[in-house]
Amino acid sequence: MRTISVQNADGNQIVINAFPIDEVGANERADYFTKRSVKKESKLSALYLALSMCDLTTLEGADTPGRVQQMCAKARFPVPPEMIEPFLKKKNWGPIPTVAAVCVYPSMVPHAVKALEGSGIGIASVSTAFPSGQAPLQVKIDDTLFAVENGATEIDMVINRGAFLSGDYQQVFDEIVAIKKACGDTHLKVILETGELGSYDRVRLASEIAMEAGGDFIKTSTGKVTPAATLPVTLVMLQAIADFHQRTGKKIGMKPAGGIRTSKQAIQYLCMVNETLGPEWLTPNLFRFGASALVNDLLKQIFKEATGHYYYDKVFSID
Amino acid sequence: MSELIKISKTIKLFIGGEFPRTESGRSHPVYLSKSKNLYAYLCKASRKDLRNAVTAAQEAQKGWASRSAYNRTQILYRMAEMTEGKREEFIEVLTKTVGYTKIAANKAVDEAVDAFVYYAGFADKYQQLIGSVNPVSGPHHNFTSSEPVGVVALICNSKFNLGNMVAQISAIIASGNSVVVIMADDGAATLAPLSEVFATSDLPKGVVNLLTGDLNELYSHLGTHMEINSLSYQGTNKKLLGELKEMAAGNMKRVVTPVNEPLSLDHLVSYVEYKTVWHPIGN
Repeated sequence: MRTISVQNADGNQIVINAFPIDEVGANERADYFTKRSVKKESKLSALYLALSMCDLTTLEGADTPGRVQQMCAKARFPVPPEMIEPFLKKKNWGPIPTVAAVCVYPSMVPHAVKALEGSGIGIASVSTAFPSGQAPLQVKIDDTLFAVENGATEIDMVINRGAFLSGDYQQVFDEIVAIKKACGDTHLKVILETGELGSYDRVRLASEIAMEAGGDFIKTSTGKVTPAATLPVTLVMLQAIADFHQRTGKKIGMKPAGGIRTSKQAIQYLCMVNETLGPEWLTPNLFRFGASALVNDLLKQIFKEATGHYYYDKVFSID
Repeated sequence: MSELIKISKTIKLFIGGEFPRTESGRSHPVYLSKSKNLYAYLCKASRKDLRNAVTAAQEAQKGWASRSAYNRTQILYRMAEMTEGKREEFIEVLTKTVGYTKIAANKAVDEAVDAFVYYAGFADKYQQLIGSVNPVSGPHHNFTSSEPVGVVALICNSKFNLGNMVAQISAIIASGNSVVVIMADDGAATLAPLSEVFATSDLPKGVVNLLTGDLNELYSHLGTHMEINSLSYQGTNKKLLGELKEMAAGNMKRVVTPVNEPLSLDHLVSYVEYKTVWHPIGN
């Protein structure tokens, strides 16, 4: 077992134990979730649930206020309500849910706030010099404060991988604590960027540090690095959340991001969450998908269930 | 040396440039012509195989259409070359399973080669022939040019004819469409040599997808699939055609019925759409 200790703000030592991960076992276990067949009513409710858990994301250099507004419109109404109306009389059918949140760069937060006013949809802003995290701490704090002051309800920060990989866990810990302080009541998601960490052991250790330092959610990736979210890496993080919950009673959320494009994948993730953490984690408050292409595939499958016909994604708006 | 066992070919589906078995695991037998002796088992494709084929066709279509017309010509011509190289294999399947004489089988392969070459020739010429500059009143140039329709589903005639089938596939892909073919029961075993022709002609994966199976099971999924842009029904069942037309209305698929002359520009034109552009004349 890997044991490290870090000092918290009060000068107390916190001992962090990171269990070694059986890589082959984790891969095998994750692979097991790809062999399920979820059909009919179960599939339909999984599709609805997955849609309500999406963080509709645009994180491009080419983002404009117009593009963000358009995405926010999609977040409010993934499809025009009249499209689903004919099916509402059927058993198990309900209105199409809104997505959980939109995820944008800090400079786009004011535009998202305006576009989502009164909708109850969260506004997540990436911060701390996303995606590399290579900036001085003060810059990262200012980045976060800007987003929070402009109305972001959730902050997606990246950990300092440079510090983590060179063994400076104290710095990683301190940065998360500092950003959490800047966030105040705003929800903090900590992005580990698992694709750059290199092994499941390190993913487990980074998860432990992020949770101890006060992250409300842990998130796999920025989406800018491959591999992004994979089933086994998410499993390792879910298991860390389970152990942390058992130890402290705190419920930490999970957000796999990047590379989840199909409904089939989304359902595999939901099965995995259910069997690792239990049904109480199957809520947008504790589980999110960081995705953009996924939303249209979910809609495609929902309408396939409704009409029995294979659907075309051009029927739905491209955000 | 002891006598070696003959290794016969397992005939599988052709989806996205690969040779998968049907996901359903089902098969149906093909017998030697006019007998009850088994020739081989063919895959009985399910609606999910169909869905996979349409996805593959849709992904491949754009790239195929954006190839230069000249390159599509080269690739179609290459198919003719590969068919010629597989002549013996085609003849074996045709004589054994469809009941052709050797002379008839040879003629069928000639027709197939001819069809590939015919549409290879047209691939970089049809645009000039069917496009036009239109007279309009006002300071505009007005052009009509053609574009491929997209993903075409081809239901072959139950009365098998190799030359016709090849002509249909070639006419569809020559302009940049991709195609999902439901092969006729009769000559379904030709899937083996034909798929290898497509797989070895530098044709991008997914442009041609070949399925064998029970049409009764599949046609409603073809008719209603929103990602299929055109439906070519080459059979003669009027009732089925009526049903297909009704389903096709769901996403306004163009339904193409048999053409009189398989080798003709008209045939190719059934699978293109026209686009007319008004361009202001500057000073």
